Amino acid sequence: MTLALTEYDRSLLGGEAGKAGAAAMNILVAFAEAIGARSFLDITQAHVDGCLYHGEVSLDFVENLVSKGGRVRVPTTLNVGSLDLIHPELMRMTAEEQAPARRLMAAHEALGCLPSFTCAPYQTLLRPKFGDQIAWGESNAIVFANSVIGARTDRYGDFTDLCCAMTGRAPACGLHLAENRLGQVLFQLRGFADSLAATDGLFVAMGLIIGVRSGARVPVVEGLPAPRDEDQLKALGAAAASAGEVGLFHVLGVTPEALSPAAAFGGKSPEEIVIVTPADIERAIASLSGAPDGAPLSAICLGTPHFSRREWDRLLTLLQEKPFRRGAPIYVNTSRETLRGLESDGLVAGFDQFNLIPVVDTCTYVTAILERLDGAVMTNSGKWAHYAPSNIGVEVAFGSLDDCLASAAARRVTRERR
Amino acid sequence: MMRLGRFTLAGEARAPALVLAVPLSFWGGVAVETGEIIDRSHPDLGQRIAGRILIMTSGRGSSSSSSVLAEMIRRRVGPLAIVTARPDPILTVGAIVARALYGLTCPLAVAPIEDIATGDIVSIFPTAAGAAAIEVLTGGGAAGSSA
Repeated sequence: MTLALTEYDRSLLGGEAGKAGAAAMNILVAFAEAIGARSFLDITQAHVDGCLYHGEVSLDFVENLVSKGGRVRVPTTLNVGSLDLIHPELMRMTAEEQAPARRLMAAHEALGCLPSFTCAPYQTLLRPKFGDQIAWGESNAIVFANSVIGARTDRYGDFTDLCCAMTGRAPACGLHLAENRLGQVLFQLRGFADSLAATDGLFVAMGLIIGVRSGARVPVVEGLPAPRDEDQLKALGAAAASAGEVGLFHVLGVTPEALSPAAAFGGKSPEEIVIVTPADIERAIASLSGAPDGAPLSAICLGTPHFSRREWDRLLTLLQEKPFRRGAPIYVNTSRETLRGLESDGLVAGFDQFNLIPVVDTCTYVTAILERLDGAVMTNSGKWAHYAPSNIGVEVAFGSLDDCLASAAARRVTRERR
Repeated sequence: MMRLGRFTLAGEARAPALVLAVPLSFWGGVAVETGEIIDRSHPDLGQRIAGRILIMTSGRGSSSSSSVLAEMIRRRVGPLAIVTARPDPILTVGAIVARALYGLTCPLAVAPIEDIATGDIVSIFPTAAGAAAIEVLTGGGAAGSSA
């Protein structure tokens, strides 16, 4: 099993696309050999998760490419950084702490990457199409592109996503290839009412369950009600990718490569069938909440992954529906592009009356933004609930969007009885 | 005792082994300043990876582990080599980047890891054919246990 290089690949190695392209291709070749790829394929776009500062190596890697005159060769979006560049007043970091993070974001822009700084590039103008070969970093973006859109990316990350962007090439293996996209494990919902509602909690819980139980295999879910919108599938995928290593899931009758069981499994039988009961769903949801009902609340965090315009519209409608008492701050992570849309529609002016704080370019669980960390923080995100306790040391309560808003007003964790 | 494996990044190293009971995520699991295991759920919590040959079935978790390994190598608190039972692309990328940027090589090999104990002195080198030779030298045991 050897890696076959095309003439184009060799020309990249030879420096015909510049020294930076050659450096990136060298790394890709070593990576492709390590994972056993036999060739490279062309990609139409990339999403680079390189703007979170992990130490000097993060800067050295990107600035080295900049100093060699490097430019990305395909349209490339950027994932979140460590700073909200639009609202610097939100950052609880010293100027010294901010400097390398700022430099890292700027260096990526100097390579020609678009300053999208969002973990939801599928909400941008560069949303890929069904069947597109792409190289994306960021676990929730990868799983969304593969599962909900039917574009094809393997699970890229540090360094490799940028090397793909710099060369326009990706190793032809993993989820790029049709044979690796077929379902392997079947999750069947059993014991639910026929009228099972498509609640946000149900989708998050399903995500956690398939994340824990699938390992490296492709899960297929049967029996989920039709989602209200793709944001529920976003939440499912983000939870699955944080609880496990899921890069692609199928929902029978819903996602584009699973419109029939035969399509989802390629005519084969699943390797394993996992029965999911209402008790499993309850347990998964309970596992996200360290904070009990009634616990004092410091903040609400929404928008992990980044809040879509549709989610904003839903939130703003809920806030205006009933008399809302200004309570705990409600942080909402979103992209600068989505925020610009809200601004141009004149919707941002009223935010302060609800203590609503938009956060862009970053996320409240990866950096120092929250004003208080002493009380519990409530979220409707399975991903935020999974990472925040270890990343920023807060106690988390998980709840629906309605629960989050009611709790903000009460400044205590309150949940509707399900 | 000598065994053969495959290099995902070729090189030579000789050092006491640190054999991990379960896979480790470098991101969130290792202090980048010291090379110490800080994952509180890991049975090898408190062990230092710096200066050892790290032996485990594979890495685990986030792709940010590439950056953490590369940063550890840059700070010279990384392992001197890594042997895994299964190929680990994330750690391979971290080591490749450290070599490209700093000229520091932390070889990675995929090989059977049975019968290697923490503290055994392990030597890794390429064979004439380019395979990874891994020799477990006798007389180890105590050498690395106090690190």
